[in-house]
Amino acid sequence: MMELIRGHYVYLLLVVLFLIGLYGMMVKRNLMKKIIGMSILQSSVILLYIASGFKDGATVPVLDPALGPDYPNAYLNPLPHCLMLTAIVVAVVTLGVSFALIIDIYRNYGTIEEPLLLERMKDEE
Amino acid sequence: MIGTPIPLLIPITYLFLSLLVPLLGWWRASAAWAATFAGAAFAAFLSFAGLEKVLTEGVLHYRLGGWPPPIGIEFVMDPLSAFLEVVVTGIGFLVLLYARRSVAVEMPERAVPFASLALLLLTGLSGMVITGDLFNLYVFLEISALAGYALVAVGGRRASFSAFRYLTMGTVGASFYLLGLAFLYITQGTLNMADMARLLALQGYSVPVVSGILLMVLGASLKMALFPMHGWLPDAYTHASSAATALIAPIGTKVAAYVMIRILMLTGFPPIIGWIAWLAAAGILAGSILAIAQTNLKRMLAYSSVANVGYIALGVCLAHPLAFTGAVLHILNHALMKAVLFQAAGGIAQKMGTLHLFRLRGLPARMPLTTLAFLIAVFSMVGIPPTGGFFSKIYLLFGTIETRSWAFLVVILISTLLNFFYFFRVIESSFFRPDRGADLKREPAAEAGRRDEMSLSMLLPMLVLAAAILAVGIWNGPIVEGVIARGVPAF
Repeated sequence: MMELIRGHYVYLLLVVLFLIGLYGMMVKRNLMKKIIGMSILQSSVILLYIASGFKDGATVPVLDPALGPDYPNAYLNPLPHCLMLTAIVVAVVTLGVSFALIIDIYRNYGTIEEPLLLERMKDEE
Repeated sequence: MIGTPIPLLIPITYLFLSLLVPLLGWWRASAAWAATFAGAAFAAFLSFAGLEKVLTEGVLHYRLGGWPPPIGIEFVMDPLSAFLEVVVTGIGFLVLLYARRSVAVEMPERAVPFASLALLLLTGLSGMVITGDLFNLYVFLEISALAGYALVAVGGRRASFSAFRYLTMGTVGASFYLLGLAFLYITQGTLNMADMARLLALQGYSVPVVSGILLMVLGASLKMALFPMHGWLPDAYTHASSAATALIAPIGTKVAAYVMIRILMLTGFPPIIGWIAWLAAAGILAGSILAIAQTNLKRMLAYSSVANVGYIALGVCLAHPLAFTGAVLHILNHALMKAVLFQAAGGIAQKMGTLHLFRLRGLPARMPLTTLAFLIAVFSMVGIPPTGGFFSKIYLLFGTIETRSWAFLVVILISTLLNFFYFFRVIESSFFRPDRGADLKREPAAEAGRRDEMSLSMLLPMLVLAAAILAVGIWNGPIVEGVIARGVPAF
């Protein structure tokens, strides 16, 4: 049991983070809080890639002529970090679009609390 | 050797124009539209040329930056992706032609942003179809999704909340895809689809691989609105503008279905497909039954989309060449039908002033050509020969018989009856509903019975698509044998 926690604590924390995000999205009634949950969920996935790209003591991302290929432990794969730069950009853009939508909803209905919002939509019909 | 540039040029054309269109729109809106049409036509031409080249010369590859495949990103046009690309770009072009007038009537001040977003959506969708890299697919998925949220949101007062729901569900779907991809990437160390398939075939199923595939399929199912993950779809389709729905509904969910096909092909159709088939069957029935309960034409069509996505998923998950052929043919057919139906719905909303199913009396007299196109699409939806829908259903049925899945056979037959039932209500209310005094007073314009068709620029694309439904039905033999059969994987 201790072995599992010591070796994999990062992943266990990420699972918790993922579930917090999912909980926020599904249970919270405020649209802003839903978006916060969504952001936490995206971050947990991004951190999973980052964690997979980490290696203790390794710092060199591309072949260094001075070091040569003889020390594989000094090298680490830079690709997950690069991929996640893209994913972070996507997450930021998604946040931007969702904020724009929330502003529009607030202008139209004067609330961002989901139950109240649904009520006002029903009244309109 | 970099390879032929055709696969790259299709998304690049859309991307370049979606950036150029706002600049042109500053100067003159008509110039922006002209550029939009030219770009969409060019992309459609390229994908037809690509398909022709694939069929005569074999699979096309393009290596971005000249890096060889397992390291660099690769764009691939094989028979399956080339076929899908033709569907996406062809229908995209025809719907954009329709959109100009439709947008001008519904939201004239937003015409240029609409054109730009529509092109961005097509960038994402066409890129998803031809990329050979799993992470690149995620990027294109998000490009198309973000453009899709914005397109839905510009509809009307209620559209922004529908778009918000679509956004949260879509983002969760994409996050699941990315999470599943992390499992595969961490265990296999590659992102290239062909390389991944090769490595997975060597190893068989391990726990991380199966979990990864499950998460990716879950993500794709959310995006394609597979039952019971369809919650975002009806609101988004109903509240979006006619042109946006006509663009997103036919091709958006189909490309997500294609992504699911690709994910399953990576691992040679793992045992989880049995469960997905049951979900799909439940979706076919639930979508059809919920469609009967609707009184709004667009909402009814949205639920019918849920059912039809079920057909596609079912066909893929039966893991039999005939059923797979039916599923791929149904992607084409359903895209054509839904484009026609939503375009007709847009015209009906514009000219009749209502989408309420029981207030469509006098429709055939007022809009005879729209009604004709609508009827052709409905016949195809129900599956009456010689329309295309008949043949995709026949392939699906043969697939269920060959695999001895009698339950699914019954599901398809029942849903055909349900299809007939809910579409017949539209026909009944527009053709046969008797005159009533109350209706007379409420809608004097409808009573005049004079012809009031959509403008030609909206009518023509719709009629071309309706003709395509018939053409696909009549020439389904060459399409299936010449194109789809070459894309069927070994089971």
